[in-house]
Amino acid sequence: MTNKTVLHAKHLASGAKMVDFYGWEMPINYGSQIEEHHAVRTDAGMFDVSHMTIVDVQGSDAKAFLRRLVINDVAKLTVPGKALYTGMLNEAGGVIDDLIIYFFSETNYRLVVNSATREKDLAWMDKQSAGFDITITERPEFGMIAVQGPEAIAKVATLLSDEEKAAVEGMKPFFGVQVGDLFIATTGYTGENGYEIIVPDSAAEDFWQKLLDAGVAPCGLGARDTLRLEAGMNLYGLDMDETVSPIAANMAWTISWEPEDREFIGRDVLTAQKAAGDQPKLVGLVMEAKGVLRSHQKVVTEFGDGEITSGTFSPTLEHSVALARVPRSVKVGDVVEVEMRKKLVKVTVTKPSFVRNGKKVF
Amino acid sequence: MSNIPSELKYATSHEWVRNEGDGTVTVGITEHAQGLLGDMVFVELPDVDDEISTGDDVAVAESVKAASDIYAPISGTVVEINEDLEDSPELVNSDAFGDGWLFKVKVDDAGELENLLDAEGYANSIDED
Repeated sequence: MTNKTVLHAKHLASGAKMVDFYGWEMPINYGSQIEEHHAVRTDAGMFDVSHMTIVDVQGSDAKAFLRRLVINDVAKLTVPGKALYTGMLNEAGGVIDDLIIYFFSETNYRLVVNSATREKDLAWMDKQSAGFDITITERPEFGMIAVQGPEAIAKVATLLSDEEKAAVEGMKPFFGVQVGDLFIATTGYTGENGYEIIVPDSAAEDFWQKLLDAGVAPCGLGARDTLRLEAGMNLYGLDMDETVSPIAANMAWTISWEPEDREFIGRDVLTAQKAAGDQPKLVGLVMEAKGVLRSHQKVVTEFGDGEITSGTFSPTLEHSVALARVPRSVKVGDVVEVEMRKKLVKVTVTKPSFVRNGKKVF
Repeated sequence: MSNIPSELKYATSHEWVRNEGDGTVTVGITEHAQGLLGDMVFVELPDVDDEISTGDDVAVAESVKAASDIYAPISGTVVEINEDLEDSPELVNSDAFGDGWLFKVKVDDAGELENLLDAEGYANSIDED
Protein backbone atom coordinates (compact mmCIF):
# COMPACT_ATOMS: atom_id res chain seq x y z
CA MET A 1 0.00 0.00 0.00
CA THR A 2 1.32 3.44 -0.90
CA ASN A 3 0.79 6.40 1.38
CA LYS A 4 0.23 9.84 -0.04
CA THR A 5 0.81 13.07 1.80
CA VAL A 6 -1.82 15.79 1.97
CA LEU A 7 0.22 17.67 -0.67
CA HIS A 8 0.28 14.86 -3.24
CA ALA A 9 -2.02 16.64 -5.73
CA LYS A 10 0.06 19.82 -5.44
CA HIS A 11 3.18 17.90 -6.45
CA LEU A 12 1.49 16.48 -9.52
CA ALA A 13 0.22 19.95 -10.42
CA SER A 14 3.82 21.22 -10.30
CA GLY A 15 5.00 18.43 -12.61
CA ALA A 16 6.74 16.34 -9.97
CA LYS A 17 8.31 13.02 -10.79
CA MET A 18 7.06 10.79 -8.00
CA VAL A 19 8.91 7.84 -6.48
CA ASP A 20 8.29 5.35 -3.72
CA PHE A 21 10.08 6.40 -0.54
CA TYR A 22 9.64 3.71 2.12
CA GLY A 23 5.97 3.32 1.30
CA TRP A 24 5.28 6.99 0.57
CA GLU A 25 4.76 8.33 -2.92
CA MET A 26 7.00 11.40 -2.81
CA PRO A 27 8.42 13.91 -5.33
CA ILE A 28 12.03 13.13 -6.32
CA ASN A 29 12.22 16.32 -8.41
CA TYR A 30 10.04 18.75 -10.35
CA GLY A 31 12.30 18.73 -13.41
CA SER A 32 15.86 19.35 -12.27
CA GLN A 33 17.11 18.48 -8.82
CA ILE A 34 20.23 20.60 -9.40
CA GLU A 35 18.14 23.71 -10.10
CA GLU A 36 16.12 22.95 -6.96
CA HIS A 37 19.36 22.60 -5.00
CA HIS A 38 20.57 26.00 -6.20
CA ALA A 39 17.20 27.56 -5.36
CA VAL A 40 17.73 26.57 -1.73
CA ARG A 41 21.35 27.76 -1.62
CA THR A 42 20.67 31.11 -3.28
CA ASP A 43 16.99 31.96 -2.73
CA ALA A 44 14.25 29.79 -1.19
CA GLY A 45 12.95 26.30 -1.74
CA MET A 46 10.39 24.11 0.00
CA PHE A 47 10.04 20.43 0.71
CA ASP A 48 7.00 18.39 1.60
CA VAL A 49 8.12 16.50 4.71
CA SER A 50 4.61 15.52 5.75
CA HIS A 51 5.68 11.88 5.64
CA MET A 52 7.78 12.41 8.74
CA THR A 53 6.33 11.12 11.96
CA ILE A 54 5.24 13.56 14.67
CA VAL A 55 4.87 12.05 18.12
CA ASP A 56 3.77 13.92 21.24
CA VAL A 57 5.01 12.61 24.59
CA GLN A 58 2.99 13.98 27.47
CA GLY A 59 2.41 13.23 31.13
CA SER A 60 3.99 13.60 34.53
CA ASP A 61 6.88 11.28 33.66
CA ALA A 62 7.54 12.69 30.17
CA LYS A 63 10.86 14.23 31.14
CA ALA A 64 12.07 11.13 33.02
CA PHE A 65 11.04 8.89 30.12
CA LEU A 66 12.92 10.94 27.52
CA ARG A 67 15.99 11.20 29.75
CA ARG A 68 16.12 7.42 29.58
CA LEU A 69 15.07 7.05 25.93
CA VAL A 70 17.60 9.29 24.15
CA ILE A 71 21.33 9.95 24.40
CA ASN A 72 21.08 13.72 24.76
CA ASP A 73 19.59 15.05 27.97
CA VAL A 74 16.22 16.78 27.70
CA ALA A 75 16.89 18.26 31.13
CA LYS A 76 19.01 20.78 29.20
CA LEU A 77 15.79 22.10 27.68
CA THR A 78 14.34 24.78 29.90
CA VAL A 79 13.04 27.45 27.51
CA PRO A 80 9.68 26.57 25.94
CA GLY A 81 10.07 25.84 22.24
CA LYS A 82 13.74 24.89 22.44
CA ALA A 83 14.68 21.85 20.34
CA LEU A 84 17.33 19.17 20.66
CA TYR A 85 18.81 16.82 18.06
CA THR A 86 19.66 13.39 19.35
CA GLY A 87 19.57 9.64 18.88
CA MET A 88 17.59 6.79 20.32
CA LEU A 89 19.67 3.64 20.92
CA ASN A 90 18.98 -0.01 21.42
CA GLU A 91 20.51 -1.90 24.36
CA ALA A 92 23.54 -2.74 22.21
CA GLY A 93 24.27 0.95 21.58
CA GLY A 94 23.11 0.96 17.95
CA VAL A 95 21.09 3.86 16.58
CA ILE A 96 17.37 3.03 16.24
CA ASP A 97 16.73 6.51 14.86
CA ASP A 98 17.80 10.12 15.02
CA LEU A 99 15.20 12.66 15.98
CA ILE A 100 14.39 16.19 17.07
CA ILE A 101 12.70 16.82 20.40
CA TYR A 102 10.85 20.08 21.06
CA PHE A 103 10.31 21.12 24.68
CA PHE A 104 7.09 22.80 25.69
CA SER A 105 7.10 21.90 29.39
CA GLU A 106 8.44 19.08 31.56
CA THR A 107 5.20 17.23 30.90
CA ASN A 108 4.87 18.03 27.20
CA TYR A 109 7.35 17.30 24.42
CA ARG A 110 7.05 16.84 20.66
CA LEU A 111 9.28 14.38 18.79
CA VAL A 112 9.83 14.30 15.03
CA VAL A 113 11.22 10.97 13.84
CA ASN A 114 11.93 9.46 10.43
CA SER A 115 9.08 7.99 8.43
CA ALA A 116 11.15 5.04 7.25
CA THR A 117 11.57 3.93 10.87
CA ARG A 118 8.11 4.89 12.10
CA GLU A 119 6.86 1.46 13.11
CA LYS A 120 9.96 0.31 14.94
CA ASP A 121 10.32 3.69 16.63
CA LEU A 122 6.76 3.63 17.91
CA ALA A 123 7.09 0.00 19.01
CA TRP A 124 10.35 0.77 20.83
CA MET A 125 8.91 3.82 22.57
CA ASP A 126 5.84 1.87 23.57
CA LYS A 127 7.96 -0.93 25.01
CA GLN A 128 10.21 1.48 26.91
CA SER A 129 7.27 3.42 28.31
CA ALA A 130 6.33 0.64 30.73
CA GLY A 131 6.27 2.04 34.25
CA PHE A 132 6.24 5.68 33.14
CA ASP A 133 3.14 7.82 33.54
CA ILE A 134 3.01 9.12 29.96
CA THR A 135 0.96 9.05 26.82
CA ILE A 136 2.58 8.66 23.41
CA THR A 137 0.40 10.10 20.66
CA GLU A 138 1.16 10.03 16.97
CA ARG A 139 -0.09 13.14 15.15
CA PRO A 140 -0.82 12.10 11.57
CA GLU A 141 -3.35 14.90 11.09
CA PHE A 142 -0.63 17.39 10.21
CA GLY A 143 1.33 18.20 7.12
CA MET A 144 4.88 19.50 7.39
CA ILE A 145 6.63 21.88 5.00
CA ALA A 146 10.32 22.79 5.22
CA VAL A 147 11.05 26.21 3.70
CA GLN A 148 14.80 26.71 3.40
CA GLY A 149 17.25 29.18 1.92
CA PRO A 150 18.63 32.70 2.43
CA GLU A 151 15.28 34.24 1.40
CA ALA A 152 13.10 31.62 3.11
CA ILE A 153 12.31 33.57 6.25
CA ALA A 154 11.46 36.76 4.31
CA LYS A 155 9.24 34.88 1.87
CA VAL A 156 7.38 33.03 4.62
CA ALA A 157 6.85 36.35 6.39
CA THR A 158 4.78 37.61 3.44
CA LEU A 159 2.07 35.08 4.24
CA LEU A 160 2.02 35.30 8.02
CA SER A 161 -0.44 37.29 10.08
CA ASP A 162 0.85 40.04 12.35
CA GLU A 163 0.41 37.72 15.32
CA GLU A 164 2.40 34.96 13.61
CA LYS A 165 5.13 37.36 12.53
CA ALA A 166 5.48 38.66 16.07
CA ALA A 167 5.76 35.11 17.40
CA VAL A 168 8.66 34.16 15.11
CA GLU A 169 10.41 37.55 15.17
CA GLY A 170 14.05 37.02 16.12
CA MET A 171 13.54 33.33 16.91
CA LYS A 172 16.95 31.69 17.39
CA PRO A 173 18.01 28.51 15.56
CA PHE A 174 16.52 25.28 16.82
CA PHE A 175 13.37 26.73 18.36
CA GLY A 176 9.73 26.11 17.62
CA VAL A 177 6.58 28.04 18.46
CA GLN A 178 2.89 27.22 18.15
CA VAL A 179 0.98 30.24 16.89
CA GLY A 180 -2.61 29.75 15.86
CA ASP A 181 -2.82 26.74 13.57
CA LEU A 182 0.90 26.73 12.70
CA PHE A 183 3.87 25.26 14.51
CA ILE A 184 6.87 27.13 13.13
CA ALA A 185 10.39 25.93 13.92
CA THR A 186 13.82 27.23 12.98
CA THR A 187 15.10 23.79 12.05
CA GLY A 188 16.03 22.21 8.77
CA TYR A 189 18.08 19.70 6.84
CA THR A 190 19.91 21.87 4.33
CA GLY A 191 22.52 24.00 6.12
CA GLU A 192 20.53 27.14 5.28
CA ASN A 193 18.28 29.35 7.35
CA GLY A 194 14.59 28.68 7.22
CA TYR A 195 11.66 27.04 8.89
CA GLU A 196 10.00 23.70 9.27
CA ILE A 197 6.30 24.39 9.56
CA ILE A 198 3.70 21.97 10.85
CA VAL A 199 0.29 22.82 9.45
CA PRO A 200 -3.09 21.07 9.88
CA ASP A 201 -3.96 18.85 6.92
CA SER A 202 -6.96 21.04 6.11
CA ALA A 203 -4.75 24.11 5.59
CA ALA A 204 -1.70 22.46 4.03
CA GLU A 205 -2.57 22.79 0.35
CA ASP A 206 -3.48 26.42 0.71
CA PHE A 207 -0.26 27.15 2.60
CA TRP A 208 1.84 25.36 -0.05
CA GLN A 209 0.11 27.33 -2.82
CA LYS A 210 0.78 30.63 -1.05
CA LEU A 211 4.44 29.70 -0.77
CA LEU A 212 4.52 28.90 -4.49
CA ASP A 213 2.90 32.26 -5.18
CA ALA A 214 5.55 33.93 -3.00
CA GLY A 215 8.23 32.50 -5.29
CA VAL A 216 9.38 29.57 -3.16
CA ALA A 217 10.59 26.75 -5.45
CA PRO A 218 9.17 23.28 -4.83
CA CYS A 219 12.06 20.87 -4.23
CA GLY A 220 12.10 17.09 -4.18
CA LEU A 221 13.88 14.37 -2.26
CA GLY A 222 16.79 14.49 -4.74
CA ALA A 223 17.73 18.05 -3.81
CA ARG A 224 16.99 17.32 -0.18
CA ASP A 225 19.67 14.62 -0.26
CA THR A 226 22.37 16.70 -1.97
CA LEU A 227 21.67 19.63 0.36
CA ARG A 228 21.83 17.59 3.55
CA LEU A 229 24.98 15.84 2.38
CA GLU A 230 26.71 19.13 1.59
CA ALA A 231 25.68 20.28 5.07
CA GLY A 232 27.17 17.09 6.53
CA MET A 233 23.90 15.94 8.05
CA ASN A 234 23.34 12.22 8.52
CA LEU A 235 20.68 10.24 6.71
CA TYR A 236 19.32 7.36 8.74
CA GLY A 237 19.75 4.01 7.00
CA LEU A 238 22.85 5.17 5.10
CA ASP A 239 25.12 6.99 7.55
CA MET A 240 23.94 5.10 10.59
CA ASP A 241 21.59 2.32 11.58
CA GLU A 242 20.99 -0.15 14.40
CA THR A 243 24.42 -1.73 13.95
CA VAL A 244 26.27 1.59 14.27
CA SER A 245 27.28 3.43 17.43
CA PRO A 246 26.57 7.18 17.53
CA ILE A 247 30.31 7.54 18.23
CA ALA A 248 30.95 6.08 14.76
CA ALA A 249 28.35 8.32 13.12
CA ASN A 250 29.46 11.83 14.07
CA MET A 251 26.74 11.90 16.74
CA ALA A 252 29.00 11.95 19.81
CA TRP A 253 28.12 15.63 20.21
CA THR A 254 24.52 14.61 20.82
CA ILE A 255 25.45 12.40 23.79
CA SER A 256 25.12 14.00 27.22
CA TRP A 257 27.55 12.15 29.49
CA GLU A 258 26.75 14.41 32.46
CA PRO A 259 25.18 13.83 34.90
CA GLU A 260 26.79 10.44 35.29
CA ASP A 261 23.79 8.95 37.06
CA ARG A 262 21.44 9.44 34.09
CA GLU A 263 20.93 5.91 32.85
CA PHE A 264 19.97 6.32 29.22
CA ILE A 265 19.58 3.23 27.09
CA GLY A 266 22.93 2.17 25.65
CA ARG A 267 25.00 4.14 28.14
CA ASP A 268 27.06 1.14 29.34
CA VAL A 269 28.00 0.18 25.80
CA LEU A 270 28.93 3.73 24.81
CA THR A 271 31.02 4.18 27.95
CA ALA A 272 32.99 1.04 27.13
CA GLN A 273 33.41 2.13 23.50
CA LYS A 274 34.65 5.52 24.58
CA ALA A 275 37.17 3.97 26.98
CA ALA A 276 38.42 1.56 24.31
CA GLY A 277 38.75 4.34 21.72
CA ASP A 278 38.38 1.81 18.93
CA GLN A 279 35.18 2.94 17.24
CA PRO A 280 35.59 4.12 13.65
CA LYS A 281 34.51 7.64 12.83
CA LEU A 282 32.53 9.47 10.20
CA VAL A 283 34.57 11.90 8.10
CA GLY A 284 34.11 13.88 4.93
CA LEU A 285 35.78 12.99 1.65
CA VAL A 286 36.36 15.44 -1.16
CA MET A 287 37.20 14.43 -4.72
CA GLU A 288 37.94 17.23 -7.15
CA ALA A 289 38.61 14.90 -10.09
CA LYS A 290 35.78 13.78 -12.36
CA GLY A 291 33.42 11.16 -11.06
CA VAL A 292 30.98 10.79 -8.20
CA LEU A 293 31.60 9.05 -4.89
CA ARG A 294 28.76 6.66 -4.03
CA SER A 295 27.44 4.79 -1.00
CA HIS A 296 29.20 1.51 -0.16
CA GLN A 297 32.40 2.22 -2.09
CA LYS A 298 35.46 0.94 -0.25
CA VAL A 299 37.86 3.44 1.29
CA VAL A 300 41.48 2.29 1.54
CA THR A 301 43.63 3.91 4.25
CA GLU A 302 46.96 3.09 5.87
CA PHE A 303 45.04 2.21 9.04
CA GLY A 304 42.65 -0.21 7.34
CA ASP A 305 39.59 -0.08 5.13
CA GLY A 306 36.53 2.06 5.54
CA GLU A 307 33.34 2.61 3.57
CA ILE A 308 31.48 5.52 2.02
CA THR A 309 28.11 5.83 3.73
CA SER A 310 26.70 8.61 1.47
CA GLY A 311 28.22 10.13 -1.62
CA THR A 312 27.03 12.56 -4.22
CA PHE A 313 27.92 15.25 -6.69
CA SER A 314 27.84 18.56 -4.86
CA PRO A 315 26.02 21.09 -7.05
CA THR A 316 27.35 23.98 -4.94
CA LEU A 317 31.02 22.91 -5.08
CA GLU A 318 30.76 21.29 -8.54
CA HIS A 319 32.65 18.18 -7.51
CA SER A 320 31.91 15.09 -5.50
CA VAL A 321 31.74 14.87 -1.71
CA ALA A 322 30.96 11.98 0.58
CA LEU A 323 30.56 10.89 4.15
CA ALA A 324 32.65 7.84 5.01
CA ARG A 325 33.20 5.65 8.04
CA VAL A 326 36.95 5.09 8.48
CA PRO A 327 39.39 3.93 11.17
CA ARG A 328 39.71 6.48 13.98
CA SER A 329 43.42 7.12 13.27
CA VAL A 330 42.63 8.68 9.88
CA LYS A 331 43.01 12.46 10.20
CA VAL A 332 41.56 15.50 8.47
CA GLY A 333 43.90 16.43 5.61
CA ASP A 334 44.99 12.84 4.95
CA VAL A 335 44.81 11.55 1.40
CA VAL A 336 43.09 8.17 1.16
CA GLU A 337 41.87 6.09 -1.77
CA VAL A 338 38.38 5.09 -2.87
CA GLU A 339 37.70 2.07 -5.02
CA MET A 340 35.56 3.37 -7.87
CA ARG A 341 34.59 1.32 -10.85
CA LYS A 342 37.62 -1.00 -10.40
CA LYS A 343 40.12 1.86 -9.98
CA LEU A 344 41.63 3.42 -6.85
CA VAL A 345 41.09 7.18 -6.79
CA LYS A 346 42.76 9.60 -4.35
CA VAL A 347 40.48 11.72 -2.19
CA THR A 348 41.10 14.15 0.69
CA VAL A 349 39.72 13.66 4.19
CA THR A 350 37.81 16.63 5.66
CA LYS A 351 35.52 17.28 8.56
CA PRO A 352 32.07 15.87 7.75
CA SER A 353 30.60 19.21 6.64
CA PHE A 354 31.05 20.88 3.28
CA VAL A 355 28.65 23.79 2.78
CA ARG A 356 26.85 26.08 5.23
CA ASN A 357 24.82 29.16 4.35
CA GLY A 358 25.80 28.86 0.71
CA LYS A 359 29.56 28.80 1.44
CA LYS A 360 32.26 26.15 1.36
CA VAL A 361 33.35 25.32 4.92
CA PHE A 362 36.30 22.95 4.63
CA MET B 1 5.14 8.90 -22.60
CA SER B 2 8.52 10.21 -23.62
CA ASN B 3 9.42 11.29 -27.09
CA ILE B 4 10.78 8.52 -29.38
CA PRO B 5 11.64 9.87 -32.85
CA SER B 6 10.64 7.45 -35.60
CA GLU B 7 13.70 8.14 -37.80
CA LEU B 8 16.11 6.70 -35.22
CA LYS B 9 17.14 3.17 -34.28
CA TYR B 10 17.39 2.01 -30.69
CA ALA B 11 19.12 -0.49 -28.42
CA THR B 12 17.25 -2.03 -25.48
CA SER B 13 19.98 -0.53 -23.29
CA HIS B 14 18.55 2.92 -24.19
CA GLU B 15 21.05 4.16 -26.78
CA TRP B 16 19.73 5.76 -29.96
CA VAL B 17 21.47 5.61 -33.35
CA ARG B 18 21.02 7.99 -36.27
CA ASN B 19 22.15 6.78 -39.70
CA GLU B 20 23.88 9.79 -41.27
CA GLY B 21 23.85 8.09 -44.68
CA ASP B 22 27.60 8.46 -45.23
CA GLY B 23 28.77 5.31 -43.48
CA THR B 24 28.65 6.99 -40.07
CA VAL B 25 26.08 7.00 -37.28
CA THR B 26 25.51 9.34 -34.36
CA VAL B 27 24.88 7.77 -30.95
CA GLY B 28 23.18 9.16 -27.87
CA ILE B 29 20.95 8.06 -25.02
CA THR B 30 17.20 8.35 -25.15
CA GLU B 31 14.90 10.86 -23.56
CA HIS B 32 13.54 7.99 -21.46
CA ALA B 33 17.04 7.06 -20.26
CA GLN B 34 18.02 10.60 -19.28
CA GLY B 35 14.73 10.85 -17.37
CA LEU B 36 15.58 7.72 -15.41
CA LEU B 37 19.09 8.95 -14.65
CA GLY B 38 18.21 12.52 -13.69
CA ASP B 39 20.52 15.51 -13.85
CA MET B 40 23.75 14.59 -15.62
CA VAL B 41 26.98 15.74 -13.97
CA PHE B 42 29.71 14.04 -16.01
CA VAL B 43 29.78 12.20 -19.28
CA GLU B 44 32.84 10.08 -19.95
CA LEU B 45 33.22 9.46 -23.68
CA PRO B 46 35.42 7.12 -25.72
CA ASP B 47 38.43 8.56 -27.56
CA VAL B 48 38.36 9.36 -31.26
CA ASP B 49 39.83 6.43 -33.22
CA ASP B 50 38.73 3.89 -30.59
CA GLU B 51 37.61 0.64 -32.19
CA ILE B 52 34.36 -0.40 -30.54
CA SER B 53 32.26 -3.54 -30.79
CA THR B 54 28.55 -3.92 -30.25
CA GLY B 55 27.82 -4.41 -26.56
CA ASP B 56 31.12 -2.97 -25.27
CA ASP B 57 30.80 -0.49 -22.42
CA VAL B 58 32.30 2.53 -24.14
CA ALA B 59 31.01 5.53 -22.18
CA VAL B 60 29.63 6.43 -18.77
CA ALA B 61 26.79 8.78 -18.03
CA GLU B 62 27.13 9.92 -14.46
CA SER B 63 24.11 11.66 -12.99
CA VAL B 64 23.46 12.97 -9.52
CA LYS B 65 21.72 9.67 -8.89
CA ALA B 66 23.95 7.01 -10.46
CA ALA B 67 26.74 6.11 -12.85
CA SER B 68 25.40 4.27 -15.84
CA ASP B 69 27.35 2.43 -18.53
CA ILE B 70 26.62 3.23 -22.12
CA TYR B 71 27.09 0.37 -24.57
CA ALA B 72 28.19 0.48 -28.18
CA PRO B 73 25.01 -0.13 -30.21
CA ILE B 74 27.06 -0.93 -33.28
CA SER B 75 30.65 -1.90 -34.20
CA GLY B 76 33.07 0.52 -35.82
CA THR B 77 35.54 3.32 -35.23
CA VAL B 78 34.79 6.43 -33.17
CA VAL B 79 35.27 9.40 -35.48
CA GLU B 80 33.98 12.28 -33.36
CA ILE B 81 32.90 12.91 -29.78
CA ASN B 82 30.61 15.63 -28.44
CA GLU B 83 33.13 17.88 -26.71
CA ASP B 84 30.39 20.25 -25.52
CA LEU B 85 29.43 17.64 -22.94
CA GLU B 86 32.69 18.28 -21.09
CA ASP B 87 31.39 21.63 -19.84
CA SER B 88 27.67 21.09 -20.37
CA PRO B 89 26.69 17.51 -19.50
CA GLU B 90 23.14 18.80 -18.93
CA LEU B 91 22.68 18.88 -22.72
CA VAL B 92 21.95 15.16 -22.39
CA ASN B 93 18.98 16.09 -20.21
CA SER B 94 17.76 19.09 -22.14
CA ASP B 95 18.18 17.73 -25.68
CA ALA B 96 18.82 13.99 -25.58
CA PHE B 97 18.16 13.46 -29.30
CA GLY B 98 19.92 16.63 -30.46
CA ASP B 99 22.70 18.65 -28.79
CA GLY B 100 23.08 15.91 -26.19
CA TRP B 101 24.51 13.41 -28.71
CA LEU B 102 27.52 11.45 -27.42
CA PHE B 103 29.74 10.21 -30.26
CA LYS B 104 29.85 9.32 -33.97
CA VAL B 105 30.96 5.99 -35.34
CA LYS B 106 32.19 4.94 -38.79
CA VAL B 107 30.41 1.61 -38.93
CA ASP B 108 32.07 -1.66 -39.93
CA ASP B 109 28.89 -3.19 -41.31
CA ALA B 110 25.83 -1.04 -42.06
CA GLY B 111 23.79 -4.25 -42.02
CA GLU B 112 24.12 -4.21 -38.23
CA LEU B 113 21.60 -1.36 -38.14
CA GLU B 114 18.95 -3.91 -38.97
CA ASN B 115 19.58 -5.61 -35.63
CA LEU B 116 18.49 -2.50 -33.74
CA LEU B 117 14.92 -1.68 -32.68
CA ASP B 118 12.71 0.77 -34.47
CA ALA B 119 10.77 3.38 -32.48
CA GLU B 120 7.82 1.08 -31.94
CA GLY B 121 10.03 -1.79 -30.82
CA TYR B 122 11.84 0.50 -28.36
CA ALA B 123 8.55 1.88 -27.05
CA ASN B 124 7.41 -1.69 -26.38
CA SER B 125 10.71 -2.55 -24.69
CA ILE B 126 10.44 0.32 -22.22
CA ASP B 127 6.82 -0.50 -21.47
CA GLU B 128 8.07 -3.80 -20.15
CA ASP B 129 10.58 -2.15 -17.78
